[in-house]
Amino acid sequence: MYAYDEIDRTLVNERVSEFRDQVKRRLSGELTEDEFKILRLQNGVYLQLHAYMFRVAIPYGTLSSEQLRRLAHIARRYDRGYGHFTTRQNIQFNWIKLAELPDALADLAEVGIHAMQTSGNNMRNVTSDQWAGVAPGEIEDPRIWSELLRQHTTLHPEFSFLPRKFKIAITASDHDRAAIKIHDIGLRLVKNEKGETGFEVLVGGGLGRTPFIAKTIKHFVHGRDILSYVEAILRVYNQYGRRDNIYKARIKILVHELGIEKFSREVEDEWQHIRNSSLQIDDSVIEDIRSRFTYPAYEKLPHMPDELRQAAADPEFEAWRKNSVAPHKVQGYSIVTISLKPTGGPPGDATAEQMDALADLAEKYSFGEIRVGHEQNLALPHVAKRDLPALWKALDKLGLATPNVNLITDIIACPGLDYCSLANARSIPIAQELTRRFANHELANLIGRLHINISGCINACGHHHVGHIGILGVEKNGEEVYQITIGGRADESAALGTLIGPGVKFDEVADVIEDVVEAYLALRERPEELFIDTVKRLGVEPFKERVYATR
Amino acid sequence: MPLVKGGKIVEDSFVKLDVDAPLPAAGDILVPGDRFLKDAAALLARPGKVGVIWPNNRDIDELVPYLGKLAAVALVFPTFRDGRAYSQSRLLRERHDYRGELRATGQVLRDQFVFMLRAGFDSFEVKKQADAEAFTQTVKRYSVFYQPTGDGRITALHRRMQLRHSEGVGT
Repeated sequence: MYAYDEIDRTLVNERVSEFRDQVKRRLSGELTEDEFKILRLQNGVYLQLHAYMFRVAIPYGTLSSEQLRRLAHIARRYDRGYGHFTTRQNIQFNWIKLAELPDALADLAEVGIHAMQTSGNNMRNVTSDQWAGVAPGEIEDPRIWSELLRQHTTLHPEFSFLPRKFKIAITASDHDRAAIKIHDIGLRLVKNEKGETGFEVLVGGGLGRTPFIAKTIKHFVHGRDILSYVEAILRVYNQYGRRDNIYKARIKILVHELGIEKFSREVEDEWQHIRNSSLQIDDSVIEDIRSRFTYPAYEKLPHMPDELRQAAADPEFEAWRKNSVAPHKVQGYSIVTISLKPTGGPPGDATAEQMDALADLAEKYSFGEIRVGHEQNLALPHVAKRDLPALWKALDKLGLATPNVNLITDIIACPGLDYCSLANARSIPIAQELTRRFANHELANLIGRLHINISGCINACGHHHVGHIGILGVEKNGEEVYQITIGGRADESAALGTLIGPGVKFDEVADVIEDVVEAYLALRERPEELFIDTVKRLGVEPFKERVYATR
Repeated sequence: MPLVKGGKIVEDSFVKLDVDAPLPAAGDILVPGDRFLKDAAALLARPGKVGVIWPNNRDIDELVPYLGKLAAVALVFPTFRDGRAYSQSRLLRERHDYRGELRATGQVLRDQFVFMLRAGFDSFEVKKQADAEAFTQTVKRYSVFYQPTGDGRITALHRRMQLRHSEGVGT
């Protein structure tokens, strides 16, 4: 956990005061809606179909129990008793009143949470691996660097009015859980031959109507230079990124139009001017940030405690353990993923009661720490293996032990037409129907790892391009129509999915997905061959034939 | 449109000339970049100060040879959503060491003042009278800054280092 010091607290409080003044000026008419819009977006406030939506940052996906309780309080006091975890380590509240927003922000500020730059054309919440600091084999904890970047990108005097939004993600593991290749800047922590920490820098990834996988712009940037290098990229983008067309304004378009070679030369030129400036960070700065992250005092525990051995007789516990529990870097501990994808539920939602209860469980079993992942699930990062049976029972009572992590019902979905003013089609009801169709966990396990991502419009908040199966809702002649792609992925081998045929109607989507899955089960070489690997081996044609033959 | 300079609302000593307005015999003038580049020597030779209005989509390097002779550079925010001039101002101040007046023009609202000051602006053509009057108060909104810029304000990272040393912790 990163603990705010007086400096961080002061800044967040100053931000709350500023926003309180801005809301006051809006309510008195001193600010026009056009002027206010930019200001509220910079504080995470959107105007949606029914009400204001409030997006709160959970930097690099780390929360304390106290912070999670405060999110529950926000849901209860200012909203309708629940919150929605997003694909970028944020939480959204959908029914908030403008006049109450400053108070909500002030309540959050008390526990070191803010909503700065969770929307608007600025540098967004810096995201990272939800298993940071606990994953086996990680190079080092990427949250130290994420926090450095969080601070550097907060209220940046030069880059708060960019051509378009700008997202940075960091990973330090071989397996990329932070989806860095679909970010404007992706940073992969690496060591050079001298053992020094640095980053492979990728640039120009993004989804939306023109999706691109990020390209490597530099193989190694030393840690001490990372702020100047990121600043150089931003400066090139701020000056030359397109502002004439909102759909061509992301950095991915600039990189594409200039070509990665020319773009990287521009960045290199700029960087040479600023790399030996006060942006250079020395070890003491990093150590200072590191010192404000607290790590648990792990016990020396056996690899296989008696409690776990005994619980293994319970098939329901075993099903959950095999699905939701992952190895931890410390012997005797586990990382537990908490599925927010119950059968029939909207993906990523949690009630205030669930949040409060989870905060208690985290205190009891996970050193008071909770993580949020881009798949819209939560995790308890430090659970002693001996506590797993007790934790499972408690989670099950809360409806938080659905054993479907990484399976077909672990669906990523945007809010869609149920909430969003940009959406063309509903997302949540499609997800809900699919979780009912595949509610049998044995069937889901038989299918194996399979990610379905659903977006309710071309803006792609549900990351449909990089779903193993992607579902995109569009509007055609006043009707909701869904386009289906297969073969996308968001990890270290990130790829965009391929369309398998004409769009289908709302009522037919679940049938088509069932057909795609059936085709996979028939086509796979052996049970261990994952859906994504079968698509890679055979291409989309055999799927197309089987799914559309009878349609 | 009120002009704020040195933290106060002041009379603007400059007269803005558009592309083909006749040149006054004397007095301070602000000239569009194009017109200035076409006729720099003559403009600089006349009595009165010269300032240039520089568009936000033109490379600032073209202006660099003249910086020592210019009394003012006015950068443009066509809307306050368009932040290109923040980069231009930092380049002028921090890379090219420009020390004359650096003026923010266009849609300048109070909620940009802190960003603008940090980026090197020192005068502001403010769109609304109330915002101009609120200048002194508004620029005190923040006392903590995370990024180093040419304005010399101490950053959070460095303040922490100082605090640590003064408290003798972390040694």
